[in-house]
Amino acid sequence: MRRLRGEGPWAWLAAGSVALSLLLLVALLALLAGRGLAHFWPGELVQIELDDGSRFAARPGREERSAEGVERLYHTGNREWLGTPWRWIEVARIVEQRRPAELVIVERRRWGDFIGRVAGLEEDGVALDIDDEAARWTTLDERLGRLAQLREARDALRQQAVMPRVRALAAEQDVASRARLEDELAAANAEVLALQARMARDRVVLESVTGERLALPLEEVLALQRPNAMSLPAKLGAWGERAWRFLSEGPRAANTAGGVWPAIFGTVLLVLLMSLLVAPFGVLAAIYLNEIAHQGRLTRLVRISVRNLAGVPSIVYGVFGLGVFVYGIGGSLDEWFFSEQLPSPTFGTGGLLWASLTLALLTLPVVIVATEEGLARIPDHQREGALALGATRLETLRRVVVPMALPAMLTGMILAVARAAGEVAPLMLVGVAKLAPQVALDGEFPFLHLERKFMHLGYHIFDVGFHSGDVEAALPLVYATALLLVMVILVLNLTAIFLRHHLKARHGALPR
Amino acid sequence: MLAQPDTPAANASRDAVIDIDPGASCLEIQGLSLAYAGTPALSDLTLRVPRHRVTAFIGPSGCGKSTLLRALNRLHDLNETVSRRGAIRLEGQEIHAPEVAVAELRRRVGMVFQTPNPFPMSIYENVAFGLRLQGGLRKRQRDEVVEWALRSAALWDEVKERLGASAWSLSGGQQQRLVIARTLAVKPEVLLLDEPASALDPISTLKIEELIRSLKSQLTLVLVTHNMQQAARVSDYTAFLHGGELVEYAPTDALFTNPRLVRTENYITGRMA
Repeated sequence: MRRLRGEGPWAWLAAGSVALSLLLLVALLALLAGRGLAHFWPGELVQIELDDGSRFAARPGREERSAEGVERLYHTGNREWLGTPWRWIEVARIVEQRRPAELVIVERRRWGDFIGRVAGLEEDGVALDIDDEAARWTTLDERLGRLAQLREARDALRQQAVMPRVRALAAEQDVASRARLEDELAAANAEVLALQARMARDRVVLESVTGERLALPLEEVLALQRPNAMSLPAKLGAWGERAWRFLSEGPRAANTAGGVWPAIFGTVLLVLLMSLLVAPFGVLAAIYLNEIAHQGRLTRLVRISVRNLAGVPSIVYGVFGLGVFVYGIGGSLDEWFFSEQLPSPTFGTGGLLWASLTLALLTLPVVIVATEEGLARIPDHQREGALALGATRLETLRRVVVPMALPAMLTGMILAVARAAGEVAPLMLVGVAKLAPQVALDGEFPFLHLERKFMHLGYHIFDVGFHSGDVEAALPLVYATALLLVMVILVLNLTAIFLRHHLKARHGALPR
Repeated sequence: MLAQPDTPAANASRDAVIDIDPGASCLEIQGLSLAYAGTPALSDLTLRVPRHRVTAFIGPSGCGKSTLLRALNRLHDLNETVSRRGAIRLEGQEIHAPEVAVAELRRRVGMVFQTPNPFPMSIYENVAFGLRLQGGLRKRQRDEVVEWALRSAALWDEVKERLGASAWSLSGGQQQRLVIARTLAVKPEVLLLDEPASALDPISTLKIEELIRSLKSQLTLVLVTHNMQQAARVSDYTAFLHGGELVEYAPTDALFTNPRLVRTENYITGRMA
């Protein structure tokens, strides 16, 4: 403050602009974090009686003022009976509002959430005789635990016993081996089926506050909570668990529920591939322009063109990628190497490879410009020092110039990553998918599947926000995904910044 | 010296240029003219540089002394706009001859620049840089050469504990001695120094000057400086250049105490910038 005094209005104006920018940034992050993270909080459930005598149980949401008075949005769940899991209620119509501790919210594999009570447990269709409320909960928890173990065992069996044999069978020609493999496969499948039968043993009987009953197989239950009976630590635990499931699971119910793991994976993999592709091209081009090319009119023209390429709208790169990479190169690849699968395309359709190539092209100017600036900052006497020791130009480049320009190259990569990770428009043309639960990296040869379509956080935001049937359910997911996208970009950038700092620290700053 | 017109002025300047015995000369410059994109920087320079002596080039800014120095290890090759006429011979061999490899020439004629320019690597790797380019040395031999070079540059005692540290962590004076050590490591015959102390403090300057005097027994040194006291302190011969021409060339004592030409006297007494 003391320094600003006497500087006149300009200093205040400049400082005010910085403050405003920071404020906007903080507001943006706060909005995303607030709306996104609140979605995972196990909010309390209420049981409501209206003036017409009807009852329902729900989780209250936002309020809106209208001509008739204040209306509140309730998440009622129970879509199979109510038709929609959302209900707007005029607050004035509420006669009674209670918070019974036994209200549960069940996240189901199908039909969305159930809100109501647990009426009992069934084993092989026979009701268990448990009167005590507390005992019923412990039994339910035990059985959910047993189910989780069985599910793990089944998945492991599928992964280790079934899938390898299916693959081996597809490749095997010999009749005897085939018969043996088929027998083994049948045995493994029978084991899986047995496990699944054991998983189907338990059912939980649910009852809504209006009396509808439902016997739900326990394996359909994704999560079961009694928020009204939970202590604060338990709520925090449940919040953490839901947030983790959001990060680690695939989407369900047309992207309006479940997690975004494939989208995170797709985004990161796409950016990493893009970096791998753009780094060598950009750096070599910058080295040629700055160190090798004759500094004439043509070089200047090329330099200006490269700088202008950075301003071309990204959708134009998308069109280019579609025309040249997907239809041109991809189509030819299909004709030459994958003709047995035509007319269904392998590389002739959008995919990870073409998307990362398109993004690499998009970010190439950024890398070239940043690298060139770094190279131009290296004083000539450094180059001459190496030359004067008898180094060739190539040795000078390799041993002295490039190491000194490395931080600048990483700056270029940081800018490129920041631009590429947030780019959605070109991806829509060259390979992003609404739903691609299979990530492009797995244990199946050749491990990295460059031809596969992929999910992307940016596109996921667009798809969930504008193309989903359940807007109310989608909105918090949009905020959460947006927050996640910002975080992913931040992490990618911080990695590059850390790397640059590490390089600079090794030799100190460039001597001036 | 052959094609000069026999005018009084030319005679006077010829008198002011001493002749070194060809047998004792290391570098021989004959009729050297050099121009940057058509602008002459050196015109018709002829002199011999004596072996195992320190020769200083002095003169006002823009007189061509640095240009001449850079011509001696062909650093102008990189600049396409430079045109050159005349001959430079190192131990009787024309350095522009097609059979001379420029890398080998630069190894024989080392150069130290005005600003210290250590490479972005450790102290050890800086000194070993030239050795690695040549290759063929075992680790132990390389260690020995590095130690010898650092000792020759009077730097060993200061850095022996931290050879693996970044060269950029050294002070300016240490960096400059490191650069000299780096050049010495490839065993050059000639060491060109382009105002090696101009970016340094007085104590570092003193160390560099001591170093220059002590290296005389091993190799031929050519020093460019704008500091006349420095030239007087360290050099055996001094050449005064002005406007791209060699004005006077004499043993340092003679040039500073008894200059033959008024132009030289004006410069060394500070009457000409």
